[in-house]
Amino acid sequence: MNASVAPDPMLPQPWRVQAVRRETADVVSLDLVPLAGAPMPFKPGQFNMLYAFGIGEVPVSLSGDPADASRFVHTVRAVGAVSGAIAAATPGTVLGLRGPFGSAWPVAAAAGHDILIIAGGLGLAPLRPAIYHVLANSERFGRIAVLYGSRGPAELLFHDELARWRGRLDMEVEITVDHADPSWHGRVGVVPGLIDKVAFDPKNTVALVCGPEVMIRFTVAGLRAAGVADDHVHVSMERNMKCAVGLCGHCQFGPDFVCKDGAVLAYDRIAARLAAREI
Amino acid sequence: MPEPRTQPSVLLGARVLLPRPALQDLIDALAACGFEVIGPRARDGAIVYDRLRRIEELPAGWTDRQDGGTYGLERRSDAALFGYAVGPHSWKQFLHPPQERLWRARRREDGFAIEPEPAPPSRLAFIGVRACELHAIAIQDRVFMGGAHKDTGYEARRRGAFVVAVNCGTAGGTCFCASMETGPRAEAGFDLALTELIGGTRHDFLMEAGSEAGAALLAGLPTRPAGAADIAAAEAVVARTAASMGRTMDTVGLKSLLQDHPEHPRWDEVASRCLACANCTMVCPTCFCTTVTDHTDLAGQEAERVRHWDSCFTADFSYIHGGSVRSSTKSRYRQWMTHKLAHWIDQFGTSGCVGCGRCITWCPVGIDITAEAAAIRADPAAHGTKRGTSHGNP
Ligand SMILES: Cc1cc2nc3c(=O)[nH]c(=O)nc-3n(C[C@H](O)[C@H](O)[C@H](O)COP(=O)(O)OP(=O)(O)OC[C@H]3O[C@@H](n4cnc5c(N)ncnc54)[C@H](O)[C@@H]3O)c2cc1C
Ligand code: SF4
Ligand code: SF4
Ligand code: FES
Repeated sequence: MNASVAPDPMLPQPWRVQAVRRETADVVSLDLVPLAGAPMPFKPGQFNMLYAFGIGEVPVSLSGDPADASRFVHTVRAVGAVSGAIAAATPGTVLGLRGPFGSAWPVAAAAGHDILIIAGGLGLAPLRPAIYHVLANSERFGRIAVLYGSRGPAELLFHDELARWRGRLDMEVEITVDHADPSWHGRVGVVPGLIDKVAFDPKNTVALVCGPEVMIRFTVAGLRAAGVADDHVHVSMERNMKCAVGLCGHCQFGPDFVCKDGAVLAYDRIAARLAAREI
Repeated sequence: MPEPRTQPSVLLGARVLLPRPALQDLIDALAACGFEVIGPRARDGAIVYDRLRRIEELPAGWTDRQDGGTYGLERRSDAALFGYAVGPHSWKQFLHPPQERLWRARRREDGFAIEPEPAPPSRLAFIGVRACELHAIAIQDRVFMGGAHKDTGYEARRRGAFVVAVNCGTAGGTCFCASMETGPRAEAGFDLALTELIGGTRHDFLMEAGSEAGAALLAGLPTRPAGAADIAAAEAVVARTAASMGRTMDTVGLKSLLQDHPEHPRWDEVASRCLACANCTMVCPTCFCTTVTDHTDLAGQEAERVRHWDSCFTADFSYIHGGSVRSSTKSRYRQWMTHKLAHWIDQFGTSGCVGCGRCITWCPVGIDITAEAAAIRADPAAHGTKRGTSHGNP
């Protein structure tokens, strides 16, 4: 196949799993390389549709470094048939891949501002490319903070990196868990409770938020209370997706198609919808 | 595909008369050009769209009686061929098939290879496309061909299609195209349009070409010039239809009316009647949602992906791990109607409703989109159940 011609977005292309890293009991990260051609460039916040042969296809965010053009990295939690099959891949397994799709975290527009990167649970995976980008260009940003929460210590993703980021002088990292175990000496509580633990200038801050919808609701409320303007808050939404290109209708969230207008959406645009139920 | 251009534009826009028997010549000419001709037929108590070879297969002398939740065929006092409104079928089923394989995959030594589905073989000619249906096709054109990613199958079928429109001579009991400004006259989007002129001993069609291809086809048919009286008679047919619409829809400010009132108590009220059966979405000529299923053979060597029509009224439609986003019937009806009449305008620059009335007629409990919109308009300030957003995890 000719790598210079963009493939039909509806046709999965075969990609080989090169490496598998276990992150938690039910989460793995996969490095993927195409059987033909080279990975396409992607922007932090974008996702691919991953296909397990004969089983099905699901949206999964890119979680690797956007500056690394040699592979795609995906971090997948096994929750059902398709994600389970993808998470069970071993080096050599071939998966189908369509993408990258969707909008991006506005990392370029955030330059010159303090930046708050706020993740709940698996939400750290779609934010990791933004973190890589911000750290690689830290001189362009004001204060940089990562706020991260998970259910328990065993569910925390990317331990080694979190430890490394914590050691950096150009960023703050705050971590909390809903339920501690005896090994945990850190904070206990929900993610919005971390907002006032870090320093930022609310008038000059961009916040990127990803996690379960309920976590997003409480976090944006916390950011509002802290004085961050709604149009400086960006969230990543999750909806059922079948096509990823605006044709199947499944991902609708009010007037937006989450697959092509999102998944990253400016909060001021969706505030009313997010406040209502079952939109 | 280049069309014969012997006498370009001679007939484009001009009106000529085609006598009833010569409609067969039109069908034959289309078939001779390689089209598979589809048209209306009376079958199982309804007007449906199917393969058409002979004009005798057309529903001569039939009309339909439609109201909320009601449909039936009745005899007319004349032998009109197009003397009914629209039935349960629409042209959507041909351009955007209910079920379609997207690709096949085969395992290989180094993984698997995907084979795209070949382009559809035949070209389709549609006879009897109503003005509202022309608009519905134009709306689906925007959905499937107007964005960054086009639907290749739809595009191939659509580009190859030849459209013969019919100006409506009868409004159905649930029609409201006049309110939606989509009918009853076919204004654009057709190759040929006809108006049936019937009465006394006369039975002719006033023909109008809307494209070079239509004009070229018409040039080969046994037509005769239309006089001022014929043209006036055709105008009168459309005017009479416009004046006898079964329903009306007030579209002024409708978009914000719906988008601003997601908690209106009417949504709860309609949910108490709606069965979430999805009939309305299946018969709607603009509803485009689909899902896919992936299969393998028993040996696990071959796989395929098949796409089917789907409906926002099902629980699976909005399922994400942990549950459906829209688990209540209220939220699903609200999604359907608000999408149709409001979000569609943001998404595609046009309403998603063409006023064909199918969703009203084919709803088993007769829920009427025009009545639901009117109810919200009547009391937009009504308050629904308070939404709790600040306390507790849902
Ligand atoms: C933009 C986007 C990015 C995502 N990124 C990641 C990621 O980086 N890592 C990760 O582990 N998961 C991610 N998800 C969620 C992931 O797609 C679901 O976990 C997956 O679809 C579950 O499918 P399943 O068949 O294994 O499970 P089941 O629960 O059996 O799901 C059945 C079907 O429902 C649909 N579905 C179920 N849950 C979801 C969901 N949460 N979102 C969308 N559709 C769903 C799918 O069509 C799926 O095939 C993302 C979802 C979206 C929309
Ligand atoms: S919503 Fe109802 S009236 Fe409007 S186009 Fe669809 S089926 Fe016809
Ligand atoms: S509105 Fe009527 S046709 Fe549509 S889902 Fe509800 S009961 Fe079925
Ligand atoms: S996933 Fe199909 S329209 Fe968005």
